[in-house]
Amino acid sequence: MSPLEGSYFSYGIPYLPMESYPGKLIAIEGTDGVGRSTQIALLREWLEVQGYGVVETGWTRSELMQPTIDLAKSSNTLNKLTFVLLYATDFADRLEKVIIPALKAGFIVLTDRYIYTAIARAGVRGVDRGWIRNLYGFAIVPHLVFYLRIDEKTLIRRVLQSRGMDYWESGMDMKLGDDIYESFRAYQRVLLKEYSSMADEFGFRVLDAKRKVEVIQDELRRQIAAFLAESTAHPAFSRAGEPG
Amino acid sequence: MQNNLTTPHDYPGKLFVVEGIDGSGKTTQLGLLAKWLKSTGHPVFMTEWNSSALVKAATKAGKKKNALTPMTFSLLHATDFADRLLYHIVPPLKAGMIVLADRYTYTAFARDAARGVDRRWVRELYSFAVKPDLAVYFRVPIDVSVERLLARRVKLKFYEAGLDMGWSSLPVESFRMFQGKVLEEYDRLVEEFGLSVVNAVGSITDQQRVFRRLVSQHLQIEHDEELVDESA
Repeated sequence: MSPLEGSYFSYGIPYLPMESYPGKLIAIEGTDGVGRSTQIALLREWLEVQGYGVVETGWTRSELMQPTIDLAKSSNTLNKLTFVLLYATDFADRLEKVIIPALKAGFIVLTDRYIYTAIARAGVRGVDRGWIRNLYGFAIVPHLVFYLRIDEKTLIRRVLQSRGMDYWESGMDMKLGDDIYESFRAYQRVLLKEYSSMADEFGFRVLDAKRKVEVIQDELRRQIAAFLAESTAHPAFSRAGEPG
Repeated sequence: MQNNLTTPHDYPGKLFVVEGIDGSGKTTQLGLLAKWLKSTGHPVFMTEWNSSALVKAATKAGKKKNALTPMTFSLLHATDFADRLLYHIVPPLKAGMIVLADRYTYTAFARDAARGVDRRWVRELYSFAVKPDLAVYFRVPIDVSVERLLARRVKLKFYEAGLDMGWSSLPVESFRMFQGKVLEEYDRLVEEFGLSVVNAVGSITDQQRVFRRLVSQHLQIEHDEELVDESA
């Protein structure tokens, strides 16, 4: 049985019981360079014009862990398990200090990536899939998860045109290819496969990210508007916010 | 997944761990054990809870700002543990050495649960750990522990005293309340994970005698050490 939106995935955080909080959690997922942040900036503007309070959060942005994660990335001594756990610590900090307070206060929380990225990255690195899902059992199920799907070829062109390939996004730690291009291609291929395999399990709303920014944005807005209309029209029947 | 923590390992080395609250004397006991093992020609490797270089920085930063929540406290310690397991515990075990761990996953189980973290979650979190060959719990009443710590004039540490929980602003009072809960959690663990209990109120030498007897069951050591009771 899948857990309800707005409640914990699994065991949760016993000292922070999730009640019927008025806020909504919306996650935008997708691999590196797929255009998530552009879409989020546009969504924020659109929501705020309508009078919704918006809080943005991302992956690896907590005050607590940022220096440690940066240090770890630069020193390159981290093994996969400690990496996974550092990211989970970072996420826990943001969940307790940013996401939950914002949901309590009635904000729409737009998150640029969510636990799915961590789960996909760990999966392709051979971390036990059951274990990583339990690890993130304290996360809150988003009300909506949009997955921006792209193919490897389009992605490569896009990334090269914008900022170029980066060590970690190329999975260089996995030693998949001799040069960064080969590594990026091989890594993103397995990563995209991992994301796809998670779509049903986590109820992703899959959007074709090959299309123009405006077209994707329109579709996001249509789906979010429908969701918001439904949850404000029938708050009592909304599944959101019920305790898990 | 396979729970490594409850499945015996097949490394040639041995893993012995001590557990107990601050002031239980476990570190003293482990030090004496190491002396004995070295004197009998066993190569020994020591590892301490919360000591890996990588995570020390974050733990410190979090502590300084008093910013750690029970969940981030728990996860940071798991990160530290994973780092030490893979760099400091598994390699010596593979090399056939004896690894002595001052605190192990049971410390996390006891403290995190005392802070209100879900017990099942934290057990699954640590399911990648290696099962110790022997885990000895030095059980001490809270009064004895407090007395020892105060006599040593050590300043009670912020998280050790559970001051992050805000139950009392008085360090000693907070320590009593928090470590009292930790002791209750340890009692659950004794049965669940088969910890060997040593009464940590007795004399240091008596405790060491019991400890060495427990350890020698896992090693080929001559029992002619003067500390070891022949009648055992």
